[in-house]
Amino acid sequence: MELVKGLFKIPSFLFGLALFLGTLGLAFFGPLLWHIDVVSRVGDPYMAPGAGHWLGTDHLGVDMVSMLITGLRASLYVGFLAGVVATVVGTLIGVYGGYKGGLLDDILTVATNLFLVIPTLIVLILLSSSMEKGRSLTLIALIIGCTTWTWSARAVRAQSASLRARDHVALARINGYSTIEIVLEQILPYLLSYVFMVFILQTATAILTEATISMLGLGPYDSISLGKILNDARTNEALIGGKWWAFIPAMVLVTVIAFSLYVINTAMEGVFNPRLRK
Amino acid sequence: MTAPALPVQAPVPGPAPKPAAGKVVLEVEDLRVHYLTRFGAKIQAVDGVTFSLKQGEILGIAGESGCGKTTLVSGCMGLYIPPLYHTSGDVRIDGQSIVGMTPEQNRKEVLGRKIAMIPQGALNSLNPTRKIKDMATDMILSHDESADKKTINDRLRERFSRIGLDAQKVLNSYPVELPAGTKQRCVIGISTLLNPKVVVADEPTSALDVSTQKSVIRLLFELMNQEIISSMLFITHELPLLRHVSSSIAVMYAGEFVEYGSTEQVIFDGRQPYSRALMGSMLSTEPGQKSRKPVAIEGAPPKLDKPIPGCRFAERCPVAQPDCRSTDQVLRVVGGRQVRCKYADTDLVKQVGGTV
Amino acid sequence: MTEHLKFEATHISRVFGHGKKAVTAVDDVSFAIKDREIISLVGQSGCGKTVLAKMLLRLEQPTRGELLFNGKPITATGDPRNHWRQVQAVFQDPFSCFNQFFTIRNQLKASFRLFEKKPSPAEIEERVDQALLAVNIKPREIDGKFPFELSGGQMQRMLLARIFILKPQVLIADEPTSMVDACSRASILDYLMKLKEELSMTIVFVTHDIGLAYYVSDSIYIMHKGKIVEQGPPDDVTQRPQSDVTKRLLEDIPDVHREWIPREAAVAAAR
Repeated sequence: MELVKGLFKIPSFLFGLALFLGTLGLAFFGPLLWHIDVVSRVGDPYMAPGAGHWLGTDHLGVDMVSMLITGLRASLYVGFLAGVVATVVGTLIGVYGGYKGGLLDDILTVATNLFLVIPTLIVLILLSSSMEKGRSLTLIALIIGCTTWTWSARAVRAQSASLRARDHVALARINGYSTIEIVLEQILPYLLSYVFMVFILQTATAILTEATISMLGLGPYDSISLGKILNDARTNEALIGGKWWAFIPAMVLVTVIAFSLYVINTAMEGVFNPRLRK
Repeated sequence: MTAPALPVQAPVPGPAPKPAAGKVVLEVEDLRVHYLTRFGAKIQAVDGVTFSLKQGEILGIAGESGCGKTTLVSGCMGLYIPPLYHTSGDVRIDGQSIVGMTPEQNRKEVLGRKIAMIPQGALNSLNPTRKIKDMATDMILSHDESADKKTINDRLRERFSRIGLDAQKVLNSYPVELPAGTKQRCVIGISTLLNPKVVVADEPTSALDVSTQKSVIRLLFELMNQEIISSMLFITHELPLLRHVSSSIAVMYAGEFVEYGSTEQVIFDGRQPYSRALMGSMLSTEPGQKSRKPVAIEGAPPKLDKPIPGCRFAERCPVAQPDCRSTDQVLRVVGGRQVRCKYADTDLVKQVGGTV
Repeated sequence: MTEHLKFEATHISRVFGHGKKAVTAVDDVSFAIKDREIISLVGQSGCGKTVLAKMLLRLEQPTRGELLFNGKPITATGDPRNHWRQVQAVFQDPFSCFNQFFTIRNQLKASFRLFEKKPSPAEIEERVDQALLAVNIKPREIDGKFPFELSGGQMQRMLLARIFILKPQVLIADEPTSMVDACSRASILDYLMKLKEELSMTIVFVTHDIGLAYYVSDSIYIMHKGKIVEQGPPDDVTQRPQSDVTKRLLEDIPDVHREWIPREAAVAAAR
């Protein structure tokens, strides 16, 4: 508890948290404050920002603010879903391997390293381009989660291995706890703050990854995401035409989410990682 | 080159005679220290302690955990970091008061330079990711930001070879690369780099096996003979150990000294039931001692969240008399040492524990 | 003949790692532990005594040699829980033995999962209370408390309370006194004697302090670099030590009646 209190005294943490809560608030409450309409043409293509349409319109004449809020919601959804998948899968494999040690750990480590060297982006591009129709937002999130869990696994494995030698684990063993019970009751609680940090990092990475592949034109077919807005701007000559409102706001949003999460993570690491704590 | 002119000499392996004790270096006067619990209760952990330490002297402070000895150490170092607060009294090192400083000021002017602590778990207090040299350099830089690299290196090399280490090799090693004994030397060497006037050893040997314990204490003596350490407070829960370490002993209970005298007096002729009971819990392997069963002191020290009327040890004292709980005890001189017990000069206390 | 032997080890070794990096923690050790005996494994840190204790506990397997428990190989019963019903342990650092996220009472109650027939909840509470009383703790004193709220001595007694609940045949006590105050050590030894006398337990006491071993044991084993270098009744081992290791261990005890570190050093330092 002391540590959590200490966290709230760190300016960079508060700053990151405020930024992140701001974007989260925009995603949740935006639709209440702004009339969202991403289907009708409300004006001419690439109408400059002005009264009524604060950030102008896109290449089809759709209201840009509506597009951004919708895209933000999609990006956050991808981030959280992929973050949860990557964290859960990675943590379970990491904790289990680290606790068990021996041959099983070796096998899991090799598997983790194999996944680690497969570049996520290439897998995503290959999968995305081969699945023209079924490329839903959820599927993309799952793919991102399933290819990035290796980072969580590696981070958690080391921590878990160091907890394995602790006396309370030995005592739990001679109390007849099964391996799964030990992992869940004796090891995971000690790693919770760490796992939470991993989750934040994974979420930020997933949001950036989704934006990247969407911008390459391989994004979800069923939703508008921030990356897709960028892709639309790119393919419809917004950059050459100097229509900054079509891409700058989306870029700023992606950057702000990822940046705030990274700032939060760094501040938390300073507090929870005893090695960095002075 | 502005390196301090420390005389270079070969490490002295064994004990050697030392010059006689000099002036008083540490004076603690009626010190009271308290801390606040999460629920706002005030715990008076150190309650009116007075003593002084001369140059070249080792004072042993003994008591079980919870008696206030570790709080006393923080108090003597001027480390008042919430929830720990200075209530009243004074601590002077070389005549200069160190209470009432900000933690930053204290860190800069007092810690390491005037008074330094040898950490409890000496082996685990080194950062595994940094070289010995870097940690030692930090120690110097924390007090002298302007020191240049060469000066520091020369100084480290000189000091490390003086404490019997292969300076070149050890300084460039990571803690894991060093054997336990060398690591211990490094920890003690780093803590005493700035030639502090007073060294506080807070349970430096608890949880060590007997042989390692002996080697740590041997090292401390060696450093004293070389005048790297000039005087020392040795804190321990093992009163019998002080027989071999200190020249005088203060036994602490519930935030107060209950007996304060020479080592001989306290170890072999204790006049306070608590110090006698501490001796009685000792185990000896001398022939015929097996039948003399060691006696544990039942119960735990009081919490000190409210004033305790009468003698603070009365509730655990095997020979407590009805009037012990009603009369407050003051330190008075009995048999040449200070004792806090109404019956210190009677045969009653001799029924408790005592030496083998 | 082996009827009354609790443990019987013949040439057991435990090697960690492989090839050049192999470390032999326990090196070709043989011994027999009789029923209702307190034996002490004494040695410096790193002498292999803890690894040996872990083998008796079935937390480590011998790399070579044979280890019998009650006349049968220790792994004879497939489920290690059968072994832990009969052989239990207390460890050195009572704080690290308890999970800081659960109350102590709940962790004591967790011992009942070892029982083949789990008692009713009311009986569990009752038996936890009894075990606490056996180690001189008022049951209400620890209600709702977490490990960090108790003192070291109290926590060590919590570990012993667990033993009073489980009532195993054998107790492995791995340095139970090294983290407690000197004045509570004697009481830990008293509990060990009580377990032996009231519950007829066989006790393996692992310690670095030959002085403690001298008080409680029926037999002392001195270990050094993975080997048992001397063994015998406490009086023989402490009064007529044969091995240099034993002599050194005895010498290093800071006994008040003997010179420890040559006196002139202490006196000189003190002046």
